[in-house]
Amino acid sequence: MSSALVFFSDLSAAPGKAQRELLTLASRFQTAVVAAATEISAEARDVIASYGIGTALQAANPGQGFGEHELAVLDAALLQTDADLVLLGNDSFSRELGARIAVRRNAAIVTDVVDVSADLIATKDELAGSYSASAKSTTGVLIAAVKPNSIQDAPAGSAGTVQVKELDLGAEQAPKVSVVGVEEKAVSERPSLGEARVVVAGGRGVDGDFGPLEDLADALGAAIGASRAATDAGWISHDAQVGQTGITVSPQLYISAGISGAIQQKAGMQTSKYIIAVNKDVDAPVFEIADLGIVGDLAKVLPQAAAEIRRRRA
Amino acid sequence: MSDASTTPLTIVVLVKHVPDVQFDRHIDQDSLRLDRTESVLSELDEYAVEAALAIVEDNGGFAAGHQVIAATMGSGSSVNSVKKALQMGASSGLHLNDAALAGSDAVATSRALAALVRHVPDADLVITGMASTDAETSVVPAQLAELLGFAQLTHAASVAFDASVRELTVERDHLNQRVTLKAGLPAVLSVTDQANDPRYPNFKGIMAAKKKKIVEVDLAAIGLAAQDVGAEGSTTSVLAAEQRPARPAGTIINDSGEAGIALVDFLAEQKLI
Ligand SMILES: Cc1cc2nc3c(=O)[nH]c(=O)nc-3n(C[C@H](O)[C@H](O)[C@H](O)COP(=O)(O)OP(=O)(O)OC[C@H]3O[C@@H](n4cnc5c(N)ncnc54)[C@H](O)[C@@H]3O)c2cc1C
Ligand SMILES: Nc1ncnc2c1ncn2[C@@H]1O[C@H](COP(=O)(O)O)[C@@H](O)[C@H]1O
Repeated sequence: MSSALVFFSDLSAAPGKAQRELLTLASRFQTAVVAAATEISAEARDVIASYGIGTALQAANPGQGFGEHELAVLDAALLQTDADLVLLGNDSFSRELGARIAVRRNAAIVTDVVDVSADLIATKDELAGSYSASAKSTTGVLIAAVKPNSIQDAPAGSAGTVQVKELDLGAEQAPKVSVVGVEEKAVSERPSLGEARVVVAGGRGVDGDFGPLEDLADALGAAIGASRAATDAGWISHDAQVGQTGITVSPQLYISAGISGAIQQKAGMQTSKYIIAVNKDVDAPVFEIADLGIVGDLAKVLPQAAAEIRRRRA
Repeated sequence: MSDASTTPLTIVVLVKHVPDVQFDRHIDQDSLRLDRTESVLSELDEYAVEAALAIVEDNGGFAAGHQVIAATMGSGSSVNSVKKALQMGASSGLHLNDAALAGSDAVATSRALAALVRHVPDADLVITGMASTDAETSVVPAQLAELLGFAQLTHAASVAFDASVRELTVERDHLNQRVTLKAGLPAVLSVTDQANDPRYPNFKGIMAAKKKKIVEVDLAAIGLAAQDVGAEGSTTSVLAAEQRPARPAGTIINDSGEAGIALVDFLAEQKLI
């Protein structure tokens, strides 16, 4: 009889795709409780209820420190619910919260999780997705950082109501870290890279011009990704970097253009369902993992594909 | 701030000896542990070593009394990663080597590394890579901050240290923001590959490293018992690890003017549009 606690740093807006996937996974367990380190918005309450989850805990962020409030919320929620499964995002910030709670409360922390079974066995990617492993907690509490695009989003349909309770955090300790600057980044209209169903990624071969990639991404409703060579060159923001030191993606479709396919790039995309590679060099390693490889100039192939998609849709 | 009156810093840089990512990596089916032959210094830990050296060089150099201790936990050959860090310029090495460590998970690893840091007198700053290239969990730095009670500054894309107030300022990408964070010592700092460009060991560095001291310690020396680490001290148990089948060979076509259409045909066949 497992009880799941699903933790979100922010539920002040409508839950996004990855957050919904976590709610889906949580709703499969005997009991599920949501905890949020912000106030839970009305939209978020409706969404939580639509997964058949009836209890949520919240504590508004006093805006001090970095990560310290979120850590206090997660800890208090775990102690209060006595959950044996904690679900959180696989982003670096969420993982670190889970990691700290794991040592504080003698729990297991498992990252890159793609599923958790009824008997609390986590399935996870290992060695950049070249292995699939399963692991469990030996102490009775499992903290799982779940990869986006791993769980099929499915609200349970029972749109009851959710009871939201304030979490008592006691006296919060003086934060050790202070935020001295915040720079907002431009918000893109595109789906977020980590969650997108389709990713169009460019590398050194785009030679400074992401135009053809943007055009194809528009036609496909895709997110834009990049290799480190492209982000290092300053052609696109570092946030677009896919790979070992960027974002790991597992979309339905990854279109790689002008990217050679170095090991660090593959590490972030080789679990994609379908891979299409466009590269001038027939010997590029990316062709080894492509379902469809096109030896050609991306400046010709991508615009033609974008136009063809639009033509077929018209 | 490079006046000689700067209080000397003791920096511990954590370096991990990991299987080379350029080769195929395997998990042994009996022990469910990673095959660790062909190991090297984790590429991402070179950024940690560089960050430590940069802080020292900006603050009076080693002549000012600063120490950069390259520390690792792992079996015998792990010392090679410490040696590489010494060649880059770290001042001494520390190697935690004990048969009982085999099979430690993240929690047990962090417990051991925290004890290793405590073993260093007056450690001010622990610097790590953003992730080890084998476990790829990025959890050890946060766990060390928790266990040591140090400030946590992780995933730093840039690092500045102000010696006059002994404060670190870092930038980090967070959600849709770039945040600037500040904390005093003691701290755990993890750096990304955006933070700097690691230097290569030069001939002088390689020669100098031969004379640097590497201290080897076992669990007892740092106050831990066998059951604190290894499988017994771990909170996770790995049940199985299966290699994914290689992706089936795909179709390769040469563009003769119609490849964009072929791309869309493929999307239609796979019901992707
Ligand atoms: C510690 C570390 C971490 C790293 N992390 C990452 C990471 O997270 N992500 C990542 O991507 N890399 C990472 N790298 C870098 C990685 O090793 C490669 O250097 C990088 O991925 C190369 O990028 P690229 O494929 O765009 O460039 P290149 O390797 O230069 O390849 C460019 C390709 O474009 C092709 N091309 C050129 N013009 C055209 C054209 N007109 N049409 C079609 N094709 C064309 C060429 O044939 C070539 O194959 C990391 C490296 C290190 C050391
Ligand atoms: N066995 C180890 N020895 C030394 N440092 C380690 C070890 N394991 C992890 N680290 C450090 O912790 C960082 C993050 O590792 P991880 O949490 O495993 O991804 C690495 O980049 C290292 O700096």
